[in-house]
Amino acid sequence: MAAAQEEKREEKKFLIWDLPDVPDKLPPHLEFARTRVQCNLDAPVHTESITYSGAYASMRVDNSVQLDFFQENFRVEVKRLTKDDMEVDLIGIDPSIANAFRRILIAELPTMAIEKVFIANNTSVIQDEVLAHRLGLIPIAVDPRLFEYISENDSPNEKNTIVFKLHAHCKRGEPRLTVKTKDLIWLPNGSEYLLEGQNPDSSSSSKPKTYTSFSCSQDSLPEFANNPISTLPDITIARLGPGQEIEFEAHAVKGMGKTHAKWSPVATAWYRMLPEVVLLEDVEDKDAEALVKACPVKVFDIEDIGNGKKKAKVTRPRSCTLCRECLRVGEEWEKRVSLRRVKDHFIFTIESTGALPPEVLFTEAVKILENKCERVFSELS
Amino acid sequence: MGPMQVDEQDVDDKQKRAASVKSAVDKFQLVPEFLKVRGLVKQHLDSFNYFINTGIKKIVRANDRLVSTVDPSIYVWFKDVRIGQPSEIVSGVSEKITPQMCRLSDTTYYAPILVDIEYTTLGSRSEKTIMQKKNATIGKMPIMLRSCCCVLYGKDEAELGRLGECPLDPGGYFIIKGTEKVLLIQEQLSKNRIIIDTDKKGNINASVTSSTELVKSKTVIQMEKGKVYLILNQFVKKIPIMVVLKAMGMESDQEVVQMVGRDPRFSALLLPSIEECASLDIYTREKASEFLEGKVKRSTFGSPSNQEGRALAILRDVFLANVPVSNNNFRPKCLYVGVMLRRMMEAMLNKDAMDDKDYVGNKRLELSGQLVSLLFEDLFKTLITEAQKAIDITLGRPSRASRFDPTSSVLNKDIITHGLRRTLSTGNFDVKRFKMHRKGMTQVLARLSFIGSLGHMTRISPQFEKSRKVSGPRALQPSQWGMLCPCDTPEGEACGLVKNLALMTHVTTDEEEGPLISLCYCLGVEDLEVLSAEELHTPYSFLVIFNGLILGKHRRPQHFSNVMRKLRRAGKIGEFVSIFVHEKQRCVYIASDGGRVCRPLVIADKGISRIKEHHMKELLDGVRTFDDFLRDGLIEYLDVNEENNALIALYEGEGTPDTTHIEIEPFTILGVCAGLIPYPHHNQSPRNTYQLCRMDTLLYLLVYPQRPLLTTRTIELVGYDKLGAGQNATVAVMSYSGYDIEDAIVMNKSSLDRGFGRCIVLKKYSAIRQKYENGALDRILRPDRTGPGAERVQILDDDGIASPGEIIRPNDIYVNKETPLETGGPINSSADPKDCKYRSAKQTYKGPEGETCVVDRVALCADELSNLSIKLIIRHTRRPEVGDKFSSRHGQKGVCGTIIQQEDFPFSERGICPDLIMNPHGFPSRMTVGKMIELLGGKAGVSCGRFHYGSAFGEPSGHADRVETISETLVKHGFSYSGKDFLYSGITGSPLQAYIFMGPIYYQKLKHMVLDKMHARGSGPRVMLTRQPTEGRARNGGLRVGEMERDCLIAYGASMLIFERLMISSDPFEVQVCRVCGLLGYYNHKLKAGICSTCKNGNNISTMKLPYACKLLIQELQSMNIVPRLKLAEA
Repeated sequence: MAAAQEEKREEKKFLIWDLPDVPDKLPPHLEFARTRVQCNLDAPVHTESITYSGAYASMRVDNSVQLDFFQENFRVEVKRLTKDDMEVDLIGIDPSIANAFRRILIAELPTMAIEKVFIANNTSVIQDEVLAHRLGLIPIAVDPRLFEYISENDSPNEKNTIVFKLHAHCKRGEPRLTVKTKDLIWLPNGSEYLLEGQNPDSSSSSKPKTYTSFSCSQDSLPEFANNPISTLPDITIARLGPGQEIEFEAHAVKGMGKTHAKWSPVATAWYRMLPEVVLLEDVEDKDAEALVKACPVKVFDIEDIGNGKKKAKVTRPRSCTLCRECLRVGEEWEKRVSLRRVKDHFIFTIESTGALPPEVLFTEAVKILENKCERVFSELS
Repeated sequence: MGPMQVDEQDVDDKQKRAASVKSAVDKFQLVPEFLKVRGLVKQHLDSFNYFINTGIKKIVRANDRLVSTVDPSIYVWFKDVRIGQPSEIVSGVSEKITPQMCRLSDTTYYAPILVDIEYTTLGSRSEKTIMQKKNATIGKMPIMLRSCCCVLYGKDEAELGRLGECPLDPGGYFIIKGTEKVLLIQEQLSKNRIIIDTDKKGNINASVTSSTELVKSKTVIQMEKGKVYLILNQFVKKIPIMVVLKAMGMESDQEVVQMVGRDPRFSALLLPSIEECASLDIYTREKASEFLEGKVKRSTFGSPSNQEGRALAILRDVFLANVPVSNNNFRPKCLYVGVMLRRMMEAMLNKDAMDDKDYVGNKRLELSGQLVSLLFEDLFKTLITEAQKAIDITLGRPSRASRFDPTSSVLNKDIITHGLRRTLSTGNFDVKRFKMHRKGMTQVLARLSFIGSLGHMTRISPQFEKSRKVSGPRALQPSQWGMLCPCDTPEGEACGLVKNLALMTHVTTDEEEGPLISLCYCLGVEDLEVLSAEELHTPYSFLVIFNGLILGKHRRPQHFSNVMRKLRRAGKIGEFVSIFVHEKQRCVYIASDGGRVCRPLVIADKGISRIKEHHMKELLDGVRTFDDFLRDGLIEYLDVNEENNALIALYEGEGTPDTTHIEIEPFTILGVCAGLIPYPHHNQSPRNTYQLCRMDTLLYLLVYPQRPLLTTRTIELVGYDKLGAGQNATVAVMSYSGYDIEDAIVMNKSSLDRGFGRCIVLKKYSAIRQKYENGALDRILRPDRTGPGAERVQILDDDGIASPGEIIRPNDIYVNKETPLETGGPINSSADPKDCKYRSAKQTYKGPEGETCVVDRVALCADELSNLSIKLIIRHTRRPEVGDKFSSRHGQKGVCGTIIQQEDFPFSERGICPDLIMNPHGFPSRMTVGKMIELLGGKAGVSCGRFHYGSAFGEPSGHADRVETISETLVKHGFSYSGKDFLYSGITGSPLQAYIFMGPIYYQKLKHMVLDKMHARGSGPRVMLTRQPTEGRARNGGLRVGEMERDCLIAYGASMLIFERLMISSDPFEVQVCRVCGLLGYYNHKLKAGICSTCKNGNNISTMKLPYACKLLIQELQSMNIVPRLKLAEA
């Protein structure tokens, strides 16, 4: 309530000569433009973030980022955290920083994804390359930090490759068979297919050469011993008609989302700025009811202010989706309701594909950003 | 307060109207019912079925006897004819064939034409016996798929699947030598009707194109300089019409005047003609006949004795052939001429009485059944005359073999089989008998997309050639309403000429005339015979014209037509018979001929629909079918002419007391293809047309096809939702990156990674294992996997043919074939095939470099000559790349301008990232409001989980969602009513300075892909003759520096560049020139010196560089005795 009144005071017209000779802070309209996005009916204004330290130098206001100030004000509040998604508030940072996290999450955090498929038999209607494409998009629930990138001249080994196999056959006279990701079998010992020109019998002494050269079984490694690698279980790979058969081996490697979307660890990651809804004047009785009715996401509530009078009140600004219906309740309602976005408060959402839990993804993203910064420093020095 | 009230009233009014519309019976369900009964290509099937069941019998009955002229007792009598089961005779045994077999083995899908015959044979002692034979084959008839004698007829989905056929395929085409051929619907001016129009000189013509089973002719009566003439092909000159009338027995001028009408204006117009006749001194029938005799075109062959009395025969058989003459009674013809004259005079006095050739009622559509029947008639007649000739020759021979069977010259001949097959496969109808020479009547069925092939089968090919620069036939005719689609026509030269049928159009087939004629007489039509000339045009009574033939007069035309219509509604006469009262011409036209377009309409009594709620309920419950509606007189078919007698209300609520009919559904005025566009009535009309042209160029095979979020009723009816050809892309309408100018679209790389726009291109390669004259055979060898070139045979199986699933690269061998060196000569069966010498004839794949293609399928089958034919289908899966073409459903095509990473794409507050970005400049000039509504509707659809509809003109009847309700849905789910979202820039992270219009739009990938067009080369192949680089992409040709480019370089002064481009990079050649004689010498490699062969020495030889083409020119000139000499100067 008090905050709203204060807002109103700020909004009031001021005269230039009322301002102090040596300003200690920005005049209210500039402060508003600096910290808020005003979402009008036609278009949002003040969307840009003012980062230049001397932007208000003429008013003797320093706009530079102060480390102590940032440390004091920056907050991270986890609002929701489940197995595969997370909502976290980042308060007190610039949009570019929030965006950097988003971009890193989407494109630069590595995961494991199937890159090579060796098809031994495929008599289904789905074409080999389409099948391979579908396999590539399957999220693999494994911590990619345990693996290394594979380069062109590397031979696939237990450090950089995960091998799965699948053999599904729909017998004649049976109903259609749906092949799901749970049918993928992890091969901790690497590929079972022999390289061409290898005689399976002759090389009895040494291990026959296959498409991978694992030096040890992956399940003998401590990180996988009690924790076999799997995929999300219920994704449809193909459907087989009677008599059709699929047999292949799939090799997953480490990669990044910018090469191909299959390596992106998030379904999507995004943020929105904290909504702020302000009633610029009292909205009472009929108007209040109309306002409450207009909003589809119930941002407003009605408050009884005695003697039969009702007054609209902003109770859930966070749920505003910016449908702008409250500005269209009647004519000139733009003057009564103001929809805003707080520029330094980000509601950040991460939807993980399942490879890593979302909170780990976020900390990993922070690490990557840190590394990038360090690289810049080292390049500069 | 005043205006407020008005507003409220307005709102009330609207609500009331909406309520009244809602209360109206929803007749939509009739459309699917109609299509269930008729199918989408029923016009073709109907017409073909008619031919198979009725037409072919009529033709054979008309020519059923084949009698020898030598011995009339030798005859063959065709008693009956029918079409058998599609089958093929394989080594003497008849084997059933299915369409899929024919497609695979490049054979024709046909069935034997079976006849029952009776004939006489001559025994060894010349005794005659009458024999009977049943089910003898006289030829083979290509069978239309899904027609009544096709194996697919009446099969359900599972059975069709077993036959290798798609259940959604509509049929209606033929399979000729393995290719699917559509006989296009042909548009023609209606036969046997009087058409009044003006020719190029402004003369008024009355023309009748007569067509009977026996003769086809064209009669023109022309008014030239005030006088009336007859123009007929059989006469050398124009004949004064009065002479013709006199020759037909109408000697009295008075009677002629009476016949035209005694109105002085008519007689004044007729006077010059009468005077001319008098000046020719022709007053009697004999004189007139004599005059005509002198004007008959003498045919070069034919005995002169035959030519006597020809004029009268022409008048009887050719002139107005559709009017029958019995017992030399020419009176009906005279009266017919009278009516023609009268209509001409009326047209002269009043230009409105002129007929419009473009009027759809004056047109007939010839369908595949009619066309095939025409062909068959011609071929059958040819067969009979050939057979007769053969019989006569054998019988005339004095020393003939003792026994004689006339059927040998009729049965098992290839005339009909080959004739039909040739014509259908080339599409060139060359029927001399009927003076028909048309090209391109059949086309290969467009199989790029389901909807494309459907559209192909409803296409109507024009009667005029496309090059004519006329506007009239191209313009949209008001009479096309409901019959022909107003949107669906190609761009460019055939614009407006090629049309498409609308959704509910039916094309009639011929109906029995006899019963209808006698019915007319029973209903009080006074016979023409009993009428005097004077009575022909008496007021207060109407002429009754049946299929262009004047039956007589009727006093109460309205009553007469009402009775006829009642009979039709009661099902007593055919439902497609049209009764049309022409008030202006004072005629009642009754038509039962084939080729008229008509459509079903709901009958209304005083504006109130006959279809009530309970009828529709019965339909939904399955108790009532479409035919029941017809039978109960709730619905009837009206053709274009009869529509003129009807007042048709669009909606039930709009009926007035005068309303006679109500439309079933407004969107049925559009065709199959146009029905796929959502909200077409909100678009600028050319946009819809462009979209339809684009339907033809849709892609090959989409990997993840989707059903459009915004559908129409037509989409559901046609089954497009089962065979989609596009994907619902989330589109943001904004500018981005500058790579989106000129309709280019910016695509999201992650969307492409996840499968958006991925498509499969299939190409067919084939090889034949040929059998040769001498019995030698091509052979296919097991590949040698060790020797040189082993890497090229990697993909081959042990049988020497590429195995399916292998990745095929350029220069890979896909069939390891060898052909024998000796192929000619006599059959050498005894020789061991191993003795033959073979040379390699490996089939190598010549695809573009860098494409990974896969062998999809390999099919082995025997072709018509029982050679083994190997077909490989090679597949390439393509992901969209820069330059590929995409299109929405509103004629808005665009190429992919750039592909951008997802993190750079804008995202909404809900985390939605668009799949593609479209520039807003695409909207203002195109005015495709429908696309915007599609976006809104699609967005509302995804948020509320219901497919939204956008059928044409569907808002009032609830078949299209209104923008208001869509907006409400959007708001309910937290979106802005306008569909504009608050987006954040993916690059800076700040919000964008505008709300962005974003939502799903159905996008289709078109077949124009960069991969098929991209071309560049460094060095490469050259033409043998000129040694210059080859031309064209297909030959890996160079890019030409043409005349204009050369001009630019000259103007720029870049001489060295010209030199390089035109010679060094093209065809440099070193020549030895003799400085003395100026002629070209040669270089002697032994002496290592140039020698001039003219001077016989090598003293004055200079070496210089020339373009090879120049050397060639010099030598070519020399060879024609022109000697170009080179004069060299020091450089």
